[in-house]
Amino acid sequence: MSLHGRDVISIRDLSRPEIEDLLASARRMIPYAEGKRAIHPLADKIVAMAFFEPSTRTRLSFESAVHRLGGHCITIADPLVSSLRKGESLSDTIHMLTSYSDAIVLRHPNEGSARLAARVSERPVINAGDGAGQHPTQTLLDLATMQEAFGTLSGLRVVLLGDLRYGRTVHSLAYALALFGAQLVLSSPAALRLPDEVRDQLEPMGVKLEEEDQLHRAVRDADVLYVTRIQKERFPDEAEYLKVAGSYRIDNGVLANAKPRLIVLHPLPRAGEIAPEVDATPHAAYFRQAFLAVPVRMALLEALLGSPKARKGE
Amino acid sequence: MRELKITPITNGTVIDHIGNGLALEVLRIINVQSLDKDSTVSVALHVRSGKLGWKDIVKVENMELSPRKVNAIALIAPTATISIIRDYKVREKRVVDLPDRIVGVLKCPNPNCISNQVEPVESEFQVTERRPVVLTCAFCERRVDDFLHHLA
Repeated sequence: MSLHGRDVISIRDLSRPEIEDLLASARRMIPYAEGKRAIHPLADKIVAMAFFEPSTRTRLSFESAVHRLGGHCITIADPLVSSLRKGESLSDTIHMLTSYSDAIVLRHPNEGSARLAARVSERPVINAGDGAGQHPTQTLLDLATMQEAFGTLSGLRVVLLGDLRYGRTVHSLAYALALFGAQLVLSSPAALRLPDEVRDQLEPMGVKLEEEDQLHRAVRDADVLYVTRIQKERFPDEAEYLKVAGSYRIDNGVLANAKPRLIVLHPLPRAGEIAPEVDATPHAAYFRQAFLAVPVRMALLEALLGSPKARKGE
Repeated sequence: MRELKITPITNGTVIDHIGNGLALEVLRIINVQSLDKDSTVSVALHVRSGKLGWKDIVKVENMELSPRKVNAIALIAPTATISIIRDYKVREKRVVDLPDRIVGVLKCPNPNCISNQVEPVESEFQVTERRPVVLTCAFCERRVDDFLHHLA
């Protein structure tokens, strides 16, 4: 089924073949994302960047993706000066953006905001993060980084480390990895374990979930170590946050017994979870992951908006 | 002679087989204050029932339930039966039935959900499990299985 004109609110909106197509398209986009070749499937398109919450890399990589595809952006980057500040509802703002653009990329502090926007908008809506909710393009670029390193996702042994409770993007990633037949190893402080309801959704997919609290043991057989940040703002109270803050840190000592091909991923920004000394090792894949945000978002925008003619002429 | 604990009504609605102790929640859904001032509301608590052991019954004169209120009762009291009475006779009798989608009945328990902000939108849930009933917010995907505390 074509993605043309569709909304992308959650990774669950995409089937496995659709994700595979997007990852293949993202690989083809790499030279265009690097500026080595030019492509203009969005030549006559305007994409609205509606960012009602601070974001650096998500917004910039989306903007870069639009420009690399020959399209144009209009941007709300500061909610303090935007109409939201004046008390306008999100629904009204989306109505306005629908009439000014061909697609809307939305980041908003309230969970479910992107679903609401998709109902209101006549144009495709891409969810770029709705509070503690979904962030499907982050999952796509996580998958793209693993696939680039290993050529496959099936059978990879992936350690998910850190906040597996509140970090809902890690829930989306776990779902997508289960869809592709990866093995998941969960490693988190006791207070931040994967919630039962997420576990209940993953297990019927046939995925084997292992738990390993000892970091060096979890890392030993792993292909991918996915490190999350403990986000203070997602905790119900500060005392609970302080109990777990700084409870894990990846350095060269932790990685000493890792497989040579192990890659370390992190959605960034990091806050002390990965020591800077890791950057110089072949394990560090988080900057490559940040770069792949551009070709992955190009692939998605092209699929949603690109004219079939421009695609043929590629 | 069998003693009548609640007198029959001429026209109105009888909600029978309400789970024991849940009649007051059903009254909350009906919103007694909004009824016609001539409507009598009768409530029987802790009544013997062959089917349930113990049950509650609510009778309301001169009122027929809106589909939205029936959905709310289906969530709180899934065993309930609803009889429409016209001229002392039962004209219609049905068990409550939970639809796949529940709109405007519950408030999402996630305070940060967009449906709890100032937006022109009603709360909306999908029935994702039926035994026991679990609902999922159509916006933020929060799961709800405790309905008593989240009636809109």
